[in-house]
Amino acid sequence: MKINKKIAISESGFVFDSHSGDSYSINPIAAEILELIKSGKSRDEIKNSLLEKYNVTVPVLEKSLDEFMDTLKKLNIISK
Amino acid sequence: MKKRKITVAVTGLNNIDSPGPGVPVIRGILDSKNFDAKIIGLAYENLEPGIYMKNLTKKSYQIPYPSAGSDALMKRIEYINKKEKIDVLIPNFDAELYTFMKSVDKLKAIGIHTFLPTLEQFEERHKSVLPDFGKKYKLNVPRGKTLFAEVDINSLAKDFKYPLLIKGKFYDAYIAHSPEQAKIYFHRISSKWGLPVIVQEYIKGTEVNVVAIGDGGGNTIGAVPMRKQYITDKGKAWAGITLDDENMLKLTRTLIKKTNWRGGMELELIRTEKNKYYLIEINPRLPAWVYLAVGAGQNLPEVLVKLALGKKVKPLKKYTVGKLFIRYSYDLICDIEDFEKLSVYAEL
Repeated sequence: MKINKKIAISESGFVFDSHSGDSYSINPIAAEILELIKSGKSRDEIKNSLLEKYNVTVPVLEKSLDEFMDTLKKLNIISK
Repeated sequence: MKKRKITVAVTGLNNIDSPGPGVPVIRGILDSKNFDAKIIGLAYENLEPGIYMKNLTKKSYQIPYPSAGSDALMKRIEYINKKEKIDVLIPNFDAELYTFMKSVDKLKAIGIHTFLPTLEQFEERHKSVLPDFGKKYKLNVPRGKTLFAEVDINSLAKDFKYPLLIKGKFYDAYIAHSPEQAKIYFHRISSKWGLPVIVQEYIKGTEVNVVAIGDGGGNTIGAVPMRKQYITDKGKAWAGITLDDENMLKLTRTLIKKTNWRGGMELELIRTEKNKYYLIEINPRLPAWVYLAVGAGQNLPEVLVKLALGKKVKPLKKYTVGKLFIRYSYDLICDIEDFEKLSVYAEL
């Protein structure tokens, strides 16, 4: 899993796809997940990292994380 | 560096809700580090805003509509040239280009330089013959048909599926979802722009555009791709952003090379979800959003002036990705005397 080459992510949580021209504002946790993807972490490593940090149950986190990953793939922000 | 003094005449000063490219072209030329340009505005209507923008146009003249013919136009240009000594003339309307292209030699004989497409280039990229153009140069273009009468719409369902695009030969485009809508748009467009009206297959995707200049020898001197971010009800870009899209640039370079395109152009493309590109239109001039290219690092209006003056120009390859333009409207306050001068003497 990696962030596509044409994607730029700023510290403020602004994502710009220079190929499509689309841009998105994301919340701090989404930015954190993208940062973890950027650093080469797998889905499970990201999950564990979030579980350690936030008060959330495994099923809720897994559901939210998978949905978010699907959205990122659909928007061509990440690819396998 | 000492700037060279030149006089450039520019049309397309209608900086309105469906803006002509004149004002952004002038802004680019005035930004030039090489030229100290005096801009002469050429206008058809006496309320074209560019006429009254004193920081842009030093003087403006009314010129006859293209329908008056090239003799009437040349007579007027000769008069203006006697007073202003024009070095370069940049026409910016599709509808006037033919008349100016026919007069290129006469213009040159009185010292006015242009850098326009050839008549052949101009003719073969017309919307009405775009499918043939696509076949000739191996480009994806939507299927299309030209309509000369309302009755032709009845037989469209044999070859096309709705929705369809109904387009004017120069401007305007509507999406028709049924033959009834197609007929309404046929009349709306033909009453404004004449016949034929063009029907085009509707390709689903994102509209993206490229502004570019070809040197007439197959080389692309500059090219900047853009996506409209905000589109008005007239289909015009009110905001746009430069893209990092090598496919669009490659397509542009290929097209310019194959056609030996001469002058400015705007490519209108549809990028499908599968990243396939369809050419839907070639406008044979710089577009109204050309100042975005200037802002992104490619001063294409300046390049056009250089090429018109016979200068060699190194291809511009870089531009800033993610540069935005946002258009705005602005109320110019003018004196009635200015309007009067233009209305009575056809010059201001």
